[in-house]
Amino acid sequence: MTGRSPQPATIEACPNGPLLVRGDVELVDADGKPIERHRRTVALCRCGTSAIAPFCDGSHKAIGFVTPS
Amino acid sequence: MKLPAPRGPLGASLTDLLVHPPRDTDAVDEEVLTRWRDAATTTDPITDDDLQLTLWTLYALHYRGFDGVDDAWEWDPDLLRLRRVLEDAFESALLDQVPVPAPTAPELEAVAAALFAMTAPVPGPSVARYVSRSADATQAEEFLVHRSLYTLMEADPHTWAIPRLTGAPKAAMVEVQSDEYGGGRPDRMHSALFACTMRGAGLVDEYGYYVDRLPAVTIAALNVMSLFGLHRRWRGAIAGHLAAFEMTSSLPNRLYGDGFRRLGHDEGTTDYFDEHVEADAVHEQIAGRDLAGRLAEQEPDLVGDILFGAAACLYLDELVGRHLLDAWSAGASSLRAP
Repeated sequence: MTGRSPQPATIEACPNGPLLVRGDVELVDADGKPIERHRRTVALCRCGTSAIAPFCDGSHKAIGFVTPS
Repeated sequence: MKLPAPRGPLGASLTDLLVHPPRDTDAVDEEVLTRWRDAATTTDPITDDDLQLTLWTLYALHYRGFDGVDDAWEWDPDLLRLRRVLEDAFESALLDQVPVPAPTAPELEAVAAALFAMTAPVPGPSVARYVSRSADATQAEEFLVHRSLYTLMEADPHTWAIPRLTGAPKAAMVEVQSDEYGGGRPDRMHSALFACTMRGAGLVDEYGYYVDRLPAVTIAALNVMSLFGLHRRWRGAIAGHLAAFEMTSSLPNRLYGDGFRRLGHDEGTTDYFDEHVEADAVHEQIAGRDLAGRLAEQEPDLVGDILFGAAACLYLDELVGRHLLDAWSAGASSLRAP
């Protein structure tokens, strides 16, 4: 995207939920291959039960996942 | 879109006006207004077909209008008077019936936690579980027909709130809505994805095509969004409504996708549901925290309205869900006869 200035990345740790990622971050898998991002802001799974990992699918709510305070 | 068939005196009275352009001679006198008020006095405005369909028709003038209906009717003072009569009845019923959420501190974490608690998944029968495991092709189509009234214009009612918000809540609302509208790609607009689903199931994807088949509760579930969206005084409620809507979306949409795959539908038809699993896991955080939570911090007096908007969303979704499951378990159609 030409003319677009880089946006610093922020990662918001949502209580009992995912990591909300905004800004310029490159997502790669274990082999370093890029993981396609479908939207500007993404939620990354933190509970380990998402069926669409690394993205969040709301499963943390079904298992009652609680983040340590 | 064609005007719907009236279901009672309110609809008949409105249709009589809409068939020609607004004229001075249409001025509504006290007698007509009294007739409207009488017709809107009903035991349950939420399930009253005439009231909900007439209100939907009045709201539709603010969105896309109708074939052969003069656009000038949108801001006609007499129609606004009629709308007010119907909205007063609808609002009273909501205030009366929707369970009032517990008082919550006007702080981001407290409001987000309250919204997530209200929307936490519960075991037991649900439309999503039924569609996933048991629905036959006809019931799956009925489900789409019910959903189409809102989903073929998905996100539009909440967009009314944008100019009424400022700062962080506004940025959050725009962030969610931008994604709803495809992030700049018309083919990825959620309403466009749902149109694909409709076509994949052999249904007509034109907005409002099936309105005559829909019961009052389904129409009420959309009308509540327009009510909250079109009135600035309800800006807290529309924010809460969006949060609750997003928070009850990811998990059910996975089940809907499973149901349509079970019935043999292809990726083009299930794309809408699969997209929402991922999108709404993002949106629920933004809507719960940055929209509703920040709005509560910005305008502490709105906390009650934010939670009421969420509770109203859940209450009406529950009524629609019960209508579908009751009809299907009785071996009946959930739609009105054509």
